[in-house]
Amino acid sequence: MNNDELKEAITALLPTVTFDETGEFLNALIGSEDLLPLMKALRSQTELHFDYLFCLTCVDWKDHLMMVYHLLSKDHKHTVVVKAKITDTKNPEIEAVTGIWKTANFHEREVYDLFGVKFKNHPDMRRILLDEDWPGYPLRKNYVDENMISL
Amino acid sequence: MSNLLGDPIVTEEGEFVINVGPQHPSTHGVLHLKIWLDGETIKKVQPHLGYIHRSIEKMSESLSYRNFIFATSRMDYLSAHINNQACALAVEKGLQIEATPRAQIIRILMAELTRLSSHQLWWGCTGLDLGAVTPFFYAFREREAIMDIMEETCGARLTQNYMVPGGVMYDIHPNFQHRVKDVMKQVKKYLHEYDELLTGNVIFENRTKGVGYLSKEDAISYGCTGPTARASGVSCDIRKWNPYDGYEKVQFEEILGTSGDCYGRYMVRMAEMKQSIHIIEQLIDNIPEGDFQAKTKNVLKLPKGEFYQRVETARGELGVYIVSDGAASPYRIKYRSPNFSNLSALEHMALGSKIGDLVAIMSTIDLVIPDVDR
Repeated sequence: MNNDELKEAITALLPTVTFDETGEFLNALIGSEDLLPLMKALRSQTELHFDYLFCLTCVDWKDHLMMVYHLLSKDHKHTVVVKAKITDTKNPEIEAVTGIWKTANFHEREVYDLFGVKFKNHPDMRRILLDEDWPGYPLRKNYVDENMISL
Repeated sequence: MSNLLGDPIVTEEGEFVINVGPQHPSTHGVLHLKIWLDGETIKKVQPHLGYIHRSIEKMSESLSYRNFIFATSRMDYLSAHINNQACALAVEKGLQIEATPRAQIIRILMAELTRLSSHQLWWGCTGLDLGAVTPFFYAFREREAIMDIMEETCGARLTQNYMVPGGVMYDIHPNFQHRVKDVMKQVKKYLHEYDELLTGNVIFENRTKGVGYLSKEDAISYGCTGPTARASGVSCDIRKWNPYDGYEKVQFEEILGTSGDCYGRYMVRMAEMKQSIHIIEQLIDNIPEGDFQAKTKNVLKLPKGEFYQRVETARGELGVYIVSDGAASPYRIKYRSPNFSNLSALEHMALGSKIGDLVAIMSTIDLVIPDVDR
């Protein structure tokens, strides 16, 4: 599918989606509450069939957090980036996609570790890189570490 | 009864809990695995990561677009060139420039030399892990020669920091071409020894055939890439899928296996070494004259936006995701490292195997722990 066909197919799944085509890939912007049903459909529909989640991360935009999912279909060779906006920066929460792509397990734990986003229904929601008692979430822009020296 | 960490040694179900690592020769770095065993059968594996987490992503947010590249040499130190290349390409994508033709060919040559030397080290270590000490010395014989070439041109053996936005840092050493040709001749002459030492060895085959099976669907779902996934029949070579730096002009084959076990992963890497030699031989006499670096501004500033670059390292797909807000340093950088995803499939591969097989599985995934922890 090309980008226009993808846009049509995704709009049929979720009418509130907006698109951004300025970058290399097609970006689909959604609210965090719509994530799980859309992702399930993207994975299971035969004409979309996004079977490979090649990158999962989060970006802190200070007033909101943006979850970024890079999806690729091995059969159809098309790519889409799903961006889910989390407005609650105090207690960020979003549904886990570990049940759909197993690789999300480790990547979501990493996002939890470094951004503090809690993933609902994740099988093993623990920190992965830092200690369990590490204060704060280092990749958040408001993180302060007194020992950090800026060059 | 509990161990020094306060964890129970025997669970209520009668399973033994043992710790492998963080300091253990077969984990190739500081990886800590907690393993639940029923007799000798693995019931659960829990990797504990982060012993050498250096927070390279956070560090990069305060470094300039020229400087952050050098931190990536310390991620997958066996593919340092290719990590640098990925970052340089991502910055070039943002600046909308391309490396000069001469630099592109030098980059491919260096990347393939890196892949070859990385696979050689892996081959030696796999033998060592499974109880064969001799292969290690054979592997280092040719690897050392490649490291010497790197040292001569880049000034460093392991963390070369040679690729920069727009090209490479310096021109190649005058001896580069003839030394590479000499080494390739030597490697080709000795490659059959690799097969004689390990490939046909009955003990080695018994320890790897049918061990650590990974199906094609699971390999994709776990995000496995590189030889680990290709042995399961997943076509995922970025050099073929999204060619960069002129890989589309080079002739080589993507090696695919079908068995999905440790032996399959071994055979894929052995065949990839021959492909790397093939690529190097095509290019070594065809390095075009010209500049080795495109002209760039002193202070690089990427326009507002997002840039994603995927490359094929010796271990799989490395993704560099740069989010720029127009400043002189990145707003956010994410490294999607191949080892992190490959490691997540370890438990799936190891369940139901014997504890001794875990070593074979780990060594054929070819883990480099600094790349997992970043």
